Amino acid sequence: MKNKSKWLSGPYVLWMVLFTLIPLGVVLYYALTDSVTGEFTLSNLANFANYWPIFLRSIWLSIFATLICLLIGYPVAYYIAHCKPALQRLLQMLIMLPMCISFLLRTLAWVALLEDTGIINNFLTSIGLSALPLIRNNGAVILGMVYNYLPYMILPLYTVIMKIDHRLVEAAQDLGCNSRQVFAKVTLPLSVPGIVSGITMVFVPAVSTFYISQKLGSPGTILIGDVIESQFKAAYNPNLGAALSLVLMVLIFVCVGIMNHFTDSDDEESMVTL
Amino acid sequence: MSQELIRLTNLVMEFDGERILDSINLYINDKEFLTLLGPSGCGKTTTLRVIGGFLTPTSGDVLFDGKRINDVPAYQRKINTVFQRYALFPHLDVYDNIAFGLRIAKLSEAEIDERVTEMLEIVSLKGFENRKVTSLSGGQQQRVAIARALVNRPKVLLLDEPLGALDLRLRKDMQNELKRIQQAMGITFIYVTHDQEEALTMSDTIVVMDKGKIQQIGKPEDIYNEPKNAFVADFIGESNILDGVMLEDYKVKFFGRVFSCVDKGFAPNEPVDVVIRPEDIDIVSADEGHLCGTVTSVTFKGVHYDTIVDFKGFKWLIQTTDFCPEGSHIGIRLNPEDIHIMHKSEYSGMFGDYSSYSAEYDEIADAEVTEDEE
Amino acid sequence: MRKVNRVFTALVFIFLYIPMIVLAVASFNKGTDIAVFSGFTFDQYKELFRDKHLLSLLGNSVIIAVLSSLVATVMGTAAALGIHSMRGRLRSAVMTMTNIPMTNPEIVTGVSMALLFAFVGILLRTNAVLGFWTLLIAHITFNLPYVILNVMPKLSQMDPDLTEAALDLGCTPVQAFFKVVLHEIMPGILSGALMAFTMSLDDFVISYFVTGSGFVTLPVEIYSYTKKPIQPKVYAMFTLIFITILLLMVVMNLMQARDKTKRKKAHGLQKEVGR
Repeated sequence: MKNKSKWLSGPYVLWMVLFTLIPLGVVLYYALTDSVTGEFTLSNLANFANYWPIFLRSIWLSIFATLICLLIGYPVAYYIAHCKPALQRLLQMLIMLPMCISFLLRTLAWVALLEDTGIINNFLTSIGLSALPLIRNNGAVILGMVYNYLPYMILPLYTVIMKIDHRLVEAAQDLGCNSRQVFAKVTLPLSVPGIVSGITMVFVPAVSTFYISQKLGSPGTILIGDVIESQFKAAYNPNLGAALSLVLMVLIFVCVGIMNHFTDSDDEESMVTL
Repeated sequence: MSQELIRLTNLVMEFDGERILDSINLYINDKEFLTLLGPSGCGKTTTLRVIGGFLTPTSGDVLFDGKRINDVPAYQRKINTVFQRYALFPHLDVYDNIAFGLRIAKLSEAEIDERVTEMLEIVSLKGFENRKVTSLSGGQQQRVAIARALVNRPKVLLLDEPLGALDLRLRKDMQNELKRIQQAMGITFIYVTHDQEEALTMSDTIVVMDKGKIQQIGKPEDIYNEPKNAFVADFIGESNILDGVMLEDYKVKFFGRVFSCVDKGFAPNEPVDVVIRPEDIDIVSADEGHLCGTVTSVTFKGVHYDTIVDFKGFKWLIQTTDFCPEGSHIGIRLNPEDIHIMHKSEYSGMFGDYSSYSAEYDEIADAEVTEDEE
Repeated sequence: MRKVNRVFTALVFIFLYIPMIVLAVASFNKGTDIAVFSGFTFDQYKELFRDKHLLSLLGNSVIIAVLSSLVATVMGTAAALGIHSMRGRLRSAVMTMTNIPMTNPEIVTGVSMALLFAFVGILLRTNAVLGFWTLLIAHITFNLPYVILNVMPKLSQMDPDLTEAALDLGCTPVQAFFKVVLHEIMPGILSGALMAFTMSLDDFVISYFVTGSGFVTLPVEIYSYTKKPIQPKVYAMFTLIFITILLLMVVMNLMQARDKTKRKKAHGLQKEVGR
């Protein structure tokens, strides 16, 4: 009986091979061929060295954004996890709700807020202060990342903290821990899986974003996502774009692999957190 | 007298190269209450699942009414199962759970109603028709599970540790209830348990299993009184098991002394296992006994005392209503019918020594077998 | 400490909702500059309902979201059932494949599919590969893991004996699925489908790479506003979408709440033994 039902995955497996694995193969193919002659070449990959500073900037900005998300997200997740169940569900829903609205528009709303003649600066000048340079700098890009991906940090953290058995906290108290020690020795270590999956879920989209940097950054703050996008939509050099995508993908899989090493959970469903 | 209904021949079951069942041969008669008894992981549940059609044996045959049914899927077998954790359908109420099988069989609603009502009466659940199954107590869920299986009028009912989740009192009630239902409906029950007392109380036939093999098949009395090897002797009740030598028919020597016994048919001077049940031993004063020893511990057990006596370094368990204080010197007498002789087996020397006796031996044994088996 | 945390949490929620408030206010703005509120009006909403183009783009998004989440739900549920019955290496291989689109950055997924379609286009000697079908395929692909990862936990929570009990009572395996298993995993299927639907409706990055000029979804169109000033009726549209999703979530939340209290009650009753 069991042996037969595994064939139910057949269509899915076929689909994923066709539209996930083979496309990655095609990326590899494009990355290793010349855009004009179509012959095998490593120059696309070698070209990556020219973009190394941009890669570094993408990584630094998104690491920064991820850390801020963690610092903001943890107390919030902790707070929600210790509310009454009904309130928990409400707050969880309120965290998810903004994710359902086009992130493009939400980013545009931030542009409206931060613009030199935007809502905040209009307000500042109206009360007699001078306008601030709020947009088109690294800070604005980081703000955009934090804003967009904060829910992806809070939700996995919340899920993990909520599941921590309260008896463990009581046991720690019983063994003489004060509340700070309880947090440091019980709650925090047990929330590591949530921290890891939260970091992954924030870092991956942040490092590869291109819209946020286009709208909130300046030409001087372009990210690797912008470069890849322009290879397809502007410069039209798909081979270079493929090579950069490949490098980005490998980079991310290495990072995720390292992160997952911190949690020895083989829980394959841990990705689901929404 | 009664007709054979199910036969298992040379049944072998392997998972990932591990042998779970090792050539099981067994026949089950119509209207019989047969119990598969053994510790966790002995293969009893696997045997049941093969009969139920949930597992296909690696080799060997399952015969039903003389026909091979290895390849007949579960839903086409005239066999129903009461599952360990009941497996009631949470989205259906009591009535719909019981009617489930009949609806699948496309019976008329009138007949379904009649049979479900009748069944509710048999399991004493009248008035519970529209209750959610999740709102029932363990005992009630148990009854629904039994009714849901029996309403289909199967030829055989399989029960997989059905009373495992109930408390002691309820378990005793349900044992009587199950036996009553089995006799009233006149169908074959194949019952899986690790609880020897349950097996002894309810069964017509007990099949003792260990390590994927059948150790002994017999009536409850025979299994208890004539265990075939040290494993059975130890698993069914308490036993002191000693090394001995069968000198000739009716004469066995152990502890340097020759005792008369009621067993025969052994080779001259064959080394044997000698079983002495703790409740069969008579305590006498030290000078009158066949053997003399020192009491090392006494535990009050309610109806009797568990008394551990040291005989030349080998500790026996004696269950007696006489209180002998720790340190006292006592003698024991053994009647020929109290001495039971078994051939040596792979289990010899593994059981029946109470040197490491602990007053909690029951609980330890229970804890061991409550682990989930697969 | 808890009080400090409460204030902090409240501030974070305000932070999360500032842009939404900006958008909602802008949808009632008489002027076109989002930064200057020059008077209250419903005009943007009237404009919105007159704008056939914008509505048809929304229609496109909804069509793709409905179709892709439907296909993904059916295929994904079947896949989850299959994976559930797998063991060992096969299972971890399939789960790894499921995790690829979840871990891979959207831009890489988008690029890889765009290149695949371009490749197919070269093979078929046509330029018009990108459009409705490529968009649908891409959306189904990134929706599938969401369905699977929502259904799998329900399957492992389910008492495995339930399926056997159904078979035991005469169900064929197919009947057993529809009469028993489906009821048990329904919450997972629903939340998977809903998640797939919203992900699909809101997807920009992947759609951006695999869509052609023939068939455009709303987010892709909004992206093109980078070049021209955004029309305020778009704010009106998103305010309406926001309210719709809010209502949807409230309903789902109530359903879940009911489900949970029911289960808790059952659990409590199970604990007390006896008749």
